[in-house]
Amino acid sequence: MAEIQEQARPVAPPPVVIDYTRQPIVVVDDLHIVYKVYGAAREKSSGATALARVLRRKDRPQTTTVHAVKGVSFVAYKGDAIGVIGTNGSGKSTLLKAIAGLLPPHTGGVYTDGQPSLLGVGAALMKDLTGERNIVLGCLAVGMTPEEVKAKYQSIVQFAGLRKGFIKYPMRTYSSGMGARLRFAIASARTHDVLLIDEALATGDAKFRKRSKAKIEQLRKDAGAVFLVAHQLDVVEETCNRVLWLDDGRLVMDGEPKEVIAAYNEAINK
Amino acid sequence: MSHPERPGSGPAGSLTVPPAPQGKSGESLAAFAARHGLTQSSARPPLGQYIRKVWDRRHFIWTFASSKRAAMYTSSKLGQIWQVLTPLLNAGVYFVIFGLLLELHKGIDDYVPWLITGVFVFTFTQRSVTTSAKAVGGHLSLVRALHFPRASLPLAYTAVELQQLLISLVVLVALVLACGVAPAATWLLLVPVILLQLMFNVGLSMIVARLGAFTRDITQLLPFVLRTWLYVSGVIFPVASLANRSETVRDNPWIMNLMEANPGFVYVELARQAMIPSYVAQNDPQVAMANPSLLWMYAGAWALVVFVGGFYWFYRAEERYGRG
Repeated sequence: MAEIQEQARPVAPPPVVIDYTRQPIVVVDDLHIVYKVYGAAREKSSGATALARVLRRKDRPQTTTVHAVKGVSFVAYKGDAIGVIGTNGSGKSTLLKAIAGLLPPHTGGVYTDGQPSLLGVGAALMKDLTGERNIVLGCLAVGMTPEEVKAKYQSIVQFAGLRKGFIKYPMRTYSSGMGARLRFAIASARTHDVLLIDEALATGDAKFRKRSKAKIEQLRKDAGAVFLVAHQLDVVEETCNRVLWLDDGRLVMDGEPKEVIAAYNEAINK
Repeated sequence: MSHPERPGSGPAGSLTVPPAPQGKSGESLAAFAARHGLTQSSARPPLGQYIRKVWDRRHFIWTFASSKRAAMYTSSKLGQIWQVLTPLLNAGVYFVIFGLLLELHKGIDDYVPWLITGVFVFTFTQRSVTTSAKAVGGHLSLVRALHFPRASLPLAYTAVELQQLLISLVVLVALVLACGVAPAATWLLLVPVILLQLMFNVGLSMIVARLGAFTRDITQLLPFVLRTWLYVSGVIFPVASLANRSETVRDNPWIMNLMEANPGFVYVELARQAMIPSYVAQNDPQVAMANPSLLWMYAGAWALVVFVGGFYWFYRAEERYGRG
């Protein structure tokens, strides 16, 4: 990892070339994201020092600020499926959350057409409840009306393609792949202008990957855009028409999947 | 934290990255975005729009509450029965300690229904507050993944307790009947009492949820605050009897006035006056009832002020939840 950083730092971010012939859907303009982290130990603390701190009304010493995205700019157009790659901690998830409007920019801006949504319905589901109940709960959580839920219910069950009977079992009995299928099925049941997918397809089997690829293809055709964070580069290469390579919060490369992935592979295998 | 954490990635202030070169035409990205009608999200919507959004989420709030309640007991053998058993056991403990051992029930004919009504009604407020402290803080991953008005969370938590209370009320009615209290028309007054209490609880939950979202320590402190509140609200023994027991209270009548204005006492007392006719009929100075019209005034005022104030205060921090 150290080598990549050394190689990436001096390189200026790739220039943003606006394609005036296409309709933009997400514009990210020199975006910086800074957030606080609690619980990061920096100094040894005892009860006495903690009390003294409270009395002095100082910030907790465990709070550290993290500068996760450092000046990223790019334009995404309608019909784009953009893969985001990079090592762990390079700021991929943070960038996605910022596009979704869930993390406010420190400086710079994210401009979008409509409301991008993160494929994060998993956080609303409860593992002790059955798949059936979770479908209803998840659909309502992403903002569907009860009528829409009723209409979409069968197709969600079908798309998830769980083994027979499992839909009536609590979700804690599901394998990680089955859980991922159900979550993807729920999240993709709604039409999105911009869908942000973070590692959701990692645990699916070949059949599910094929299905989700078709779904992403369909979402693109509906004139939306899809962002996909993934570590399996083959998934990125076969689903995306464009790839962003992030390292240490900076954009290293933005271009054709083949080119960017080759350069990325070269950097990590160095 | 689901975010990458890199303590070594430099202090926040050092934004020394050179600005990215823009398109050839010299048009800035912001201007380009504006020309195509793209907008920045992550801003707090105006209050009216926010209220409409919360209303649109009512099905989610109710389903979330039911699901939460269903999931709560899946790992215990008795399951949903605990929803009834927990308040009953609580009332049992108070009955043994305060009724049988300390004999605080003197002057109250129907002490058991009196006690159970108080415990069940007060538990509604108590649990709404305790659980709501974690409403936002306990669902950070949800807050960070989906867009929805954050007020849905404390609302859902209050809805869980409301559902629980409705179950408790069935048990309460059965118990009160079993204790020999005849059904009375005043029982219907319980409906407005509970509605006002619900408004009060929602407001209070919002306040506690905002506090808990930014100061986690509140969850450690709350049990003590709530226990104190339980004792001063006359749930276990009549507040009026304090005047005979304590000289401080007798010499300072304002303490009594203050205790009668206490919302915990107000809703408990109104529920009792509605449920137990013999309690209204008695005239023992030890148990002296609070003036009903004054109680109703307090009940309405508390409900309105805390509901409106709590909701507005929670809304003010809307865009900051989940960022810490």
